[in-house]
Amino acid sequence: MTMREKIEQAAARYPDRRSAIMPALLIAQRQHGHLPGPVLEEVAEILGVERIWVYELATFYTLFHTEPVGKFHLQLCDNVSCMLRRSEDLLRHLEDVLGIEKGGTTADGLFTLSTVECLGACEMAPVMQVGDDYHGNLDIARIDALLARLRATVPHSIGADLAAAEPPGE
Amino acid sequence: MAKLKVDGKEIEVPDHFTLLQACEEAGAEVPRFCFHERLSVAGNCRMCLIEVKGGPPKPAASCAMGVRDLRPGPNGEAPEVFTTTPMVKKAREGVMEFLLINHPLDCPICDQGGECDLQDQAMAFGIDSSRYQENKRAVEDKYIGPLVKTVMNRCIHCTRCVRFTTEVAGIAELGLIGRGEDAEITTYLEQAMTSELQGNVVDLCPVGALTSKPFAFTARPWELNKTESIDVMDALGSAIRVDTRGREVMRIMPRVNEDINEEWISDKSRFIWDGLKTQRLDRPYVKKDGRLQPATWGEAFQAIKAAVAKTSGDKIGAIAGDLASVEEMYALKQLIAALGSESIDCRQDGAALDPSLGRASYIFNPTIAGIESADALLIIGSNPRFEASVLNARIRKRYRMGNFPIAVIGEPGELRYEYEYLGAGTETLAELVSGKGKFAATLKKAQRPMILIGQGAIAGEGGAAVLAAAAKLAGAVGAVTAEWNGFAVLHTAASRVGGLDLGFVPGANGKSAAEMVTGSDVLFLLGADEIDLAARKSGFTVYIGSHGDNGAHAADVILPGATYTEKSGTWVNTEGRVQVGNRAGFAPGDAREDWAIIRALSDVLGKKLPFDSLGELRSKLYAAHPHFAEVDAIATGNGDEIAALGQKAGEMGKSVFASPVKDFYLTNPIARASAVMAECSALARNNFKAAAE
Ligand code: SF4
Ligand code: FES
Ligand code: FES
Repeated sequence: MTMREKIEQAAARYPDRRSAIMPALLIAQRQHGHLPGPVLEEVAEILGVERIWVYELATFYTLFHTEPVGKFHLQLCDNVSCMLRRSEDLLRHLEDVLGIEKGGTTADGLFTLSTVECLGACEMAPVMQVGDDYHGNLDIARIDALLARLRATVPHSIGADLAAAEPPGE
Repeated sequence: MAKLKVDGKEIEVPDHFTLLQACEEAGAEVPRFCFHERLSVAGNCRMCLIEVKGGPPKPAASCAMGVRDLRPGPNGEAPEVFTTTPMVKKAREGVMEFLLINHPLDCPICDQGGECDLQDQAMAFGIDSSRYQENKRAVEDKYIGPLVKTVMNRCIHCTRCVRFTTEVAGIAELGLIGRGEDAEITTYLEQAMTSELQGNVVDLCPVGALTSKPFAFTARPWELNKTESIDVMDALGSAIRVDTRGREVMRIMPRVNEDINEEWISDKSRFIWDGLKTQRLDRPYVKKDGRLQPATWGEAFQAIKAAVAKTSGDKIGAIAGDLASVEEMYALKQLIAALGSESIDCRQDGAALDPSLGRASYIFNPTIAGIESADALLIIGSNPRFEASVLNARIRKRYRMGNFPIAVIGEPGELRYEYEYLGAGTETLAELVSGKGKFAATLKKAQRPMILIGQGAIAGEGGAAVLAAAAKLAGAVGAVTAEWNGFAVLHTAASRVGGLDLGFVPGANGKSAAEMVTGSDVLFLLGADEIDLAARKSGFTVYIGSHGDNGAHAADVILPGATYTEKSGTWVNTEGRVQVGNRAGFAPGDAREDWAIIRALSDVLGKKLPFDSLGELRSKLYAAHPHFAEVDAIATGNGDEIAALGQKAGEMGKSVFASPVKDFYLTNPIARASAVMAECSALARNNFKAAAE
């Protein structure tokens, strides 16, 4: 299915096409990795809504990215439960091993690191979300293992390609 | 009705009232930033907090809570709210402190200073020093077009501007992007706004975040003289206030008139004022040796006298322009009659409106406020968005209430509401008149259908037949009944209805405007700049008016007149409502009020008009046409006249309708002299693509 078809399908579930902007943006982001201007405009055009409405939503939610993000978006929770379970140490460790600061993306385009509010999984704090998956009860060893696993899913050359590739639509 | 006590005072208010409205009803003042009567409730500034007895032990946002949400006391007592308790005061002070955390407090260099809600409220609820030590946030200013200036550090995120463009103007151009501390107001990628009503966000913005760009840094509100007057940029007669310093008009603002413009005005009405200062005719000119040269009033009058002496009465004519007031048209009509001519016309565009058919045949019978009670609308040959932007907002208001089918015959355009497009011209109209088509049935079913006829449909040859067909349609679908008259002629010229009321149309032996251009020896143009004078190869032309525009270029003698802000005059709007505009300043140089020019000229021509002052002129005018004395009232049209007009319906021929307003920003000589309007027009022609600053 093309992006347009998927969005049309999602929009059919809502009484008002403006309400379908959220699912449409999710679909678009899955497809393009992030949401640059031309993608926002395409979504507005497909739904027949004002561009500014799409722009407002895309900038309001932290789960939508108007700037490029890495292939793996590491979203580490820094709220109370996770903080008590030393998520701050994990953040420092991630910054060290990836060589980036919070909010940054590694040069090979593989990892973007950010902190988020409570992920609603305090029972396995400290928690980090990567893509659609949760990883809980983390410590430094587990983080390292996780990063290695993630790296292993990508053939070595692709990482370099990703870094070199133009972001879609720009 | 709901009973409640406000600060101990018992009142009764309708159920749908909010607490804020109820408090106001009781005479208690409630500060607010985001709440606005004409916009949806947002409840995001929290300035309107009040205490609700028996409610949760925290202050309530009065704008977002309805009286029907209140619970009575344990023994059934009326619910109580308080607006002056210590809790309320403390809460509001807290909100104010938060609002000021990120506010730059740059009042000394802010154009809103002196008329700023935030400044006023800070006087009432602000504290004298700040406890905030951290850095204030900084927001980049946005480019949103040539009319509205932004200083985004000052924004308090009330979203009034966003709600206005989305709800009233009908095009969501402004939005709030980001969240929390990073929230910013902007247009999509800082594109220029396109709405013809965008200037209103300047008034709505409670702080100095959105201010008038052309007015920037030119005057402080407290040094301006304020004159209440009437706008003439379109035929609505919107209520305006003209702010002057010395003899210079510094800005124009809307006034509230629920019947006409509520509290909006179009950008043309608001930003026209620089056109009042440029291209002005400030002394008489006489053509000598093929060139217009400065002259004295005496020389100019003598030149006219010589030209008049050379011809006979029936070769003299006069055309009144779109901005002329009733008084000057009345004076000119008397003068032309005294010279022995019946050739006068106020319909530069050749609209087939004939006052002898009765007033109902040429006014907007349902009234502008009446649009809100209509239940179906057919637009024939008009683009109300450009011809009467504020009226278009009223149609949109009705459209937003729901159950309001709208259809258009004429040019398809973006009207800011949805409509059904029926066709381009007479053939579609004829079909509808004969009862064919779905929309004919829709109109018939409606209790209060409205048929809006634009000048684009009735100008030119087939115009009379189109008008009659529209009247027939109105009769056939029951648009004219004892309590409702849905026959609505939308004018574009401020002077037009007044001119028709006066009978400023050719007599039995008179010539029409187009005929006068080619067939008159002496032609008086009273601010007539929209008529094509290229065909006028011979004859003597006198231009009375304010700007060096089309009319003046073709003239042999120019008599410098006054603009609408420089004279007291009567205008009758498209509804037939008589209104009086007031003089805010004097005309430049030797220019004079137009009626006085005509009066002085009449003396030289030996046909002295019988009045020496505007007061005397008016008493003569009122004696001849009593309804002009009824200011702010409408002499209603008679429905039978529409039925009679419908009888005349016949073959319309084949033609398509085109709106007369080709460029919204340049419809009259004042607008064409305005640099601001020129910039807007260029932007609009370029489809609003300007490089961001
Ligand atoms: S710009 Fe003005 S009107 Fe718009 S949200 Fe900010 S303060 Fe409110
Ligand atoms: S605090 Fe981290 S998941 Fe709830
Ligand atoms: S006026 Fe009530 S919250 Fe803004």
